[in-house]
Amino acid sequence: MDEYRFLIALATALFALGLLGVVIRRNLLVVVMCVELMLNAVVLAFVTFAARSQTIPGVAMTFIIYIAAACEIAVAMAIVVALVKRRGSLDLAHGDELRG
Amino acid sequence: MRAIVGVFGLAAFLFAVLVVVVRQPMRAALALIAHMICLAALFAALGVHIVALFQVLIYVGAVMVLMIYTIMLLDDHDTAYEHLFSRWSLPGLVGAAVVVAALGGLFMAAAPAGAVAPATVSAHFGFFDFSLEFMTRYWFHFELATVLLTIGAIAAWSIMSQRR
Repeated sequence: MDEYRFLIALATALFALGLLGVVIRRNLLVVVMCVELMLNAVVLAFVTFAARSQTIPGVAMTFIIYIAAACEIAVAMAIVVALVKRRGSLDLAHGDELRG
Repeated sequence: MRAIVGVFGLAAFLFAVLVVVVRQPMRAALALIAHMICLAALFAALGVHIVALFQVLIYVGAVMVLMIYTIMLLDDHDTAYEHLFSRWSLPGLVGAAVVVAALGGLFMAAAPAGAVAPATVSAHFGFFDFSLEFMTRYWFHFELATVLLTIGAIAAWSIMSQRR
C-alpha cells in the first residue's frame, strides 16, 4: 500500500472513530472533541488528495475548514457553558428537554 | 518518507482512540492535541508545510486552548465522568463500521494504486505562491471566512450574554 492510500484509509478510520465518539460518549466536552476529530479527518483527506495531484484547491479548502472549526469551537464552548449553567451537568443523558 | 508517514499515522490513530475511550476530558484534550501534532507532522511529510503550520497555530494554539479553558472552568465531579458510554454504543459501532466500509470503498476507488505522483514539495505549496494564489483566485473564500468568523464571534457573545 502506498502512502497516499494509507493516509486515505487513515482519514476514513479517523472520521468513523469521531462519529463513534459522537454517538457513544455521554460527556458533552468529549463529544465536541470527537467532532474535531472528524474535521481533522476531512482535512487529512483534502491534503492527501491535494498532495497526490499537486494542486491547490484541496489546500485552499483546508483553510475554510480551519475557519469553520474556529467558529464552531467558539460557539460550541459558549453553548456548553450555557447548558451547564442551566442544567448543572455535562451529561448528555440529562438533556431530554426536547423529548416530545 | 514512508516510515515517517507510517509512524505518525499510527500514532495519530492511537491518540484518536484515546480521545474516545479515556474518562477525564482533560486527558482526552491532551490526546487530541497529540493527535493534531501527529497530523501536522504528516502534512509536513507530504510537503504541505503551510497546512502543517496552520494546523499547529490554529488547532493546537487556539481551538484546543479554548477547550482546555472550558474544561478547567467546569466542575470535575460531574455524572458524565462516572458513566462513560451511552446506551447507543452498539448502534454507534455498527454505524462506524458502515461508514468505514462506504467511505473506504469510495476513497480507494478515487485513489487507485499505481500512477502516484512523486512525493516532492510542489512550488504551489510554498508560502509565497500559495499566498498569492489564495489572495487572487480564492479571494471570495477569504472574504467569506472573515464574515464567518465575525458571525461566530457575535453568536458566541450573544449566547454567553443570555440571562437564565
